[in-house]
Amino acid sequence: MLVDLAIKLGVSALVLGGVLNFAGMQTWLERKQSALMQDRIGANRAYFTIPLPWWLGGGIINFVLRKLGGLGILNAIADVLKLLTKEDFIPAKGDAFLHTLAPLISVFFAVLAFIAIPIGPPVELWGRVIPLQVADINAGILFILALASIGSYGVILAGMVSGNNLSTIGGLRAASQMIAYEIALGVSLVGIVMCYETLDVGLMVQRQGELLWGWLPKWGVFLQPVACIVFMTAALAETKRVPFDLPEAEPEIIGYFTEYSGMKFGLFFLTDFVEVVLVAALTTTLFFGGWQVPYLMPDGFHLPWAAAVVPVSHLAYVLFGLLSFTVKVVAFIWFFMLIRWTLPRFRYDQLMDLGWKTLFPLSLLNIAVTAVVIVAAGAR
Amino acid sequence: MATLSDQLLHRIRDAHKRRKLTWLERAYLPAIAQGLWLTSTHFWGNLFLHIAHRVGLFRNRPASVTIQYPDQLRNTSPRLRTRHRLTKREDGTPRCVACMMCETICPARCIYITPGEHPDPNVEKFPRSFDINLGLCVYCGYCVEACPEDAIRMDTQRHDIAAYSRDGMWLDIKELINPGSKQFTDAPQKFVQLDLEDFKRLPAAPLPPPPGTGEVPYGSEGTPSQRSGSPSP
Repeated sequence: MLVDLAIKLGVSALVLGGVLNFAGMQTWLERKQSALMQDRIGANRAYFTIPLPWWLGGGIINFVLRKLGGLGILNAIADVLKLLTKEDFIPAKGDAFLHTLAPLISVFFAVLAFIAIPIGPPVELWGRVIPLQVADINAGILFILALASIGSYGVILAGMVSGNNLSTIGGLRAASQMIAYEIALGVSLVGIVMCYETLDVGLMVQRQGELLWGWLPKWGVFLQPVACIVFMTAALAETKRVPFDLPEAEPEIIGYFTEYSGMKFGLFFLTDFVEVVLVAALTTTLFFGGWQVPYLMPDGFHLPWAAAVVPVSHLAYVLFGLLSFTVKVVAFIWFFMLIRWTLPRFRYDQLMDLGWKTLFPLSLLNIAVTAVVIVAAGAR
Repeated sequence: MATLSDQLLHRIRDAHKRRKLTWLERAYLPAIAQGLWLTSTHFWGNLFLHIAHRVGLFRNRPASVTIQYPDQLRNTSPRLRTRHRLTKREDGTPRCVACMMCETICPARCIYITPGEHPDPNVEKFPRSFDINLGLCVYCGYCVEACPEDAIRMDTQRHDIAAYSRDGMWLDIKELINPGSKQFTDAPQKFVQLDLEDFKRLPAAPLPPPPGTGEVPYGSEGTPSQRSGSPSP
């Protein structure tokens, strides 16, 4: 019992640490990637040194710190220090309790959604099977979608209780955007559920390891390309970042967090980044095989062009799985960042058109076509 | 209206009409892919150049188009009016004869001169103190135009003027005659009075580079960021 608890805590710490680190490093990625895309250098000034004598490694540590500062990584620490030391301001017309609660709701549910995502294959260790998934929920997809929607309440609440009209508009926009995209998001996943015949995310990832016609990995993106595009668009809208950053829209309304300062603003900022990680992890899990490496089965690589199996030890299999998941998630974070720094913001009516008139009918059509194909292929 | 023919009016109206978009254009995805392709080529190209610079390759191809300001200064135009300096005679004394033309013409009234008697009867006067309050100066250049002796110029090519207080914007005669000798953290001195012999003993600062060449005006001191010791990227 205690061992089970310790294992769960360990896996939770791994997931939470990974998510928060990815989210934190996104401030760095955002600065440097945008700089490289726009032919700039980007952040390269913030650094500090520790006055250590040389026999404690002071020289080496300070050298590394200087190099990290030159790469702009220490800006993340400077950001956090600045946010923590700023005044925590609650407007006179605002509600002090709800004003504090809103960023907590927002970040809590964003982080909580990760417990249903498998980050690696089950580990067999000392006769025990440890799933690298915090909670093995048999309706994991519904759970994740539910949590992602509840997270929006934090944003709406922040807009409503700030006592500022611009914040209120931001909160209302967040609400309408959420309704417009949640539906397309959920309906686009129905096709995936029909293909894998399960709502369990862990099982879904395991079935994506199978091969179609003996050579194509049964990834969601190959089975459901339309659903993949619809899902990625709708999920990008869920993260409330450019080109779907209407709740924020700093040139027109400053956004739902106008009246926030210090670490409470920082939590909203963190939520944005956590949601990007969440969306990247979800896209990976549902459409790009999760932790699956193509042709890698528990006993080794089954290459379609070679009859023999290249054997792989269990530890290497687990490490391959973790690495595969991480690489895919990082690649998607990069891709979403690329979109964020390339496309301009949608106008409000364009956004609603896209959500209601394009993505929603497209996902419905996708369900119909998928159903016909599944029945015609005689799978049932 | 009478001057415009109906045909011309139609053409103007047509020009304002929007072209009907094709189905592919309305799908929006090809345009998005095009944009993403453009930005990602910039990303990977610059990333490759940054890494290549680290190992000493392609040094002549910069990975950014921006000027890295404190490390790198942009070229100044030959006509740019920058911070003032007083020109010197060969023996180190100022060319200024304290005729008060610049102080008189200055629209911002930021020049303050205390004249002293020069031993040479042909020169008659010299400035004991010559102060400019840069906090008031409007950089009009009238002082340079008015000077009959070519004693004041605005060609130091220093335009990164900053101070912690208003008094820090005050330039005394020691700084004016040797630009760059005062650090901006030094306590300001007002109305410093010098004799002719004192001028000869002042350590000479290098002359500013010719305008428009793009050379930094800091000489052996290095660029501002090298002086403050921040890391170079």
